[in-house]
Amino acid sequence: MRGYIVRRLAQAIIVVFGVSIMAFGLMFLTGDPSSVMIGDDWTTEQVAEFRHRMGFDRPWYVQYGDFLSKAVRGDFGTSLRHHQPVFELIMERMPATLELAGTALLISLVISIPIGVISATRRGTWADNLVMLGAMLGQSAPVYWLGIILMLLFAVFLRWLPPGGREGFASLILPAISLASYDIARNSRMVRSCMLEVLSHDYIRTARSKGLAERTVIYKHALRNALIPVVTLVGIQLGHLLGGAVVTESVFAWPGVGRLILDGISGKDLPLVQAAVTILAMGFVGVNLMIDLLYGFLDPRVRVR
Amino acid sequence: MESRKSLWEKPFFRALRRARLAKFGVAVLFLVVVVALAAPLLTPHEPNDVVITRRLLPPQWSPKGQVEFPLGTDQLGRDVLSRVMHGARISLIVGVSAVAIAGTLGITLGLVSGYFGGRVDDLIMRIAEIQMAFPPLLLFIAAMSVLGQGLLNVILVLGVSGWVNYARVVRGAVLSVRELDYVEAARAMGGTSLRIIFRHILRNVVAPAIVIASFSVAQSILAESSLSFLGLGVPSSVPTWGSMLADARTYIRHQPWLSVFPGVAIMLTVLGINVVGDWLRDYLDPKVKT
Repeated sequence: MRGYIVRRLAQAIIVVFGVSIMAFGLMFLTGDPSSVMIGDDWTTEQVAEFRHRMGFDRPWYVQYGDFLSKAVRGDFGTSLRHHQPVFELIMERMPATLELAGTALLISLVISIPIGVISATRRGTWADNLVMLGAMLGQSAPVYWLGIILMLLFAVFLRWLPPGGREGFASLILPAISLASYDIARNSRMVRSCMLEVLSHDYIRTARSKGLAERTVIYKHALRNALIPVVTLVGIQLGHLLGGAVVTESVFAWPGVGRLILDGISGKDLPLVQAAVTILAMGFVGVNLMIDLLYGFLDPRVRVR
Repeated sequence: MESRKSLWEKPFFRALRRARLAKFGVAVLFLVVVVALAAPLLTPHEPNDVVITRRLLPPQWSPKGQVEFPLGTDQLGRDVLSRVMHGARISLIVGVSAVAIAGTLGITLGLVSGYFGGRVDDLIMRIAEIQMAFPPLLLFIAAMSVLGQGLLNVILVLGVSGWVNYARVVRGAVLSVRELDYVEAARAMGGTSLRIIFRHILRNVVAPAIVIASFSVAQSILAESSLSFLGLGVPSSVPTWGSMLADARTYIRHQPWLSVFPGVAIMLTVLGINVVGDWLRDYLDPKVKT
């Protein structure tokens, strides 16, 4: 296990290093990052002064070295729009995004696991077909559109829930459900297919032939093994949730990092966008590392690969 | 006539004829493709025809609706049906073009990575891992914020960043066929690496790539609509489903139909592709049938 942890940590360090290069390189997609940040009516002198102030007139490798050495200390520069350290701004909004993504993750697991199990154990019945149809639709509808439709139903017509903002538990329900919708659909199908595969194994037949109750066979013997691949999916899902949060936060005026990024884009505040993307990607790497380690712990076969 | 009959009798079409859900998916896709190709001929109005005096008309079946605008009009008096039909063009152009770029890049890199192994393999797979560290939509948003709006930019961003899945799957498939006898035989007969890769290995790893491509078209359509919804995709002058939904947000309380039709169009198109993709996966690899 120790060898596996060391190997996986080494891989993560390489990835983090690569993420920093890629996040830095994103600024240079147009060749000159200042071209995205300057106003239309700026004079040549103003542009030159801005480029010098931001350090864009230095060679790219010097700029990268500077970016990296400051980033490891949590210094991602100052926001052009808010005139505040961007790290501080992002951390102020992070709890809102984590609350939204965490709730969506919880909702997706709580709903999709029982649904997947029911669907697999009643394969071919109307319940299974209904669940699979719902899952297909859930995977096909854009998350933000589902958010709009939920808002239309529950906030505009029925007036049961607030249409947006972050004021108490009620305001969390609609954004979290709409953000979770895709993952509920995908996880249900994944749990179903894993359960079907596990249920066809010999040890399940043995368990049944021992006279164990069907409930024990399904929940104690089958589900535990069927859930192992789902653990990996949670890591991938988190990436989807963080990306989806940007759009969901925009629909529901949720004051998280996603909206900060969109505000940064409309305000030509590239340092803010770059820092937010880097921090979210680093967080994503960290979570996936933890999940891989957990996976190695749950499934000994993984450690030797 | 004879050749048409024999084509219809091929195992692929015979299996498709038996799959009800897949037939539904094919029918939906056929409809979307026809609408996209023939939009200028089929639409009752010009999609960008602005007439303020007829703004925000409800759908035809409402008491105040008009027959000539079956799905109503938007805030600028543009016909919603015509814009939804033209939106199909952008969605398909983005979906297919992005997948063509991603597939070409990913399959090539996967073949090279799997066949040569060693340092080349390490390098390509590390780059793949680094890219996978970015939540996909976040990466698209960041890239589009720098590149700016534009159809070509959307296609490039989705295409160039979509290579990873193909590369990983094709690499895995190459690893499993690389040491097989027929590849060994081709090598022994003096076949060059390029010839072996493209002539002997490619045809055996193309099935998983087709499955990924089908799902990628759906994902690209969803991603384009999200970017356009956020104002980062195709310019708002071009009718897209995502930008229609973005415009409709302001009118959600009193003109909710504006938020419904483009969303249904996206959902049906993506559903059609996903259903066909699911069937293709089962057809090409019966082991994963569930």
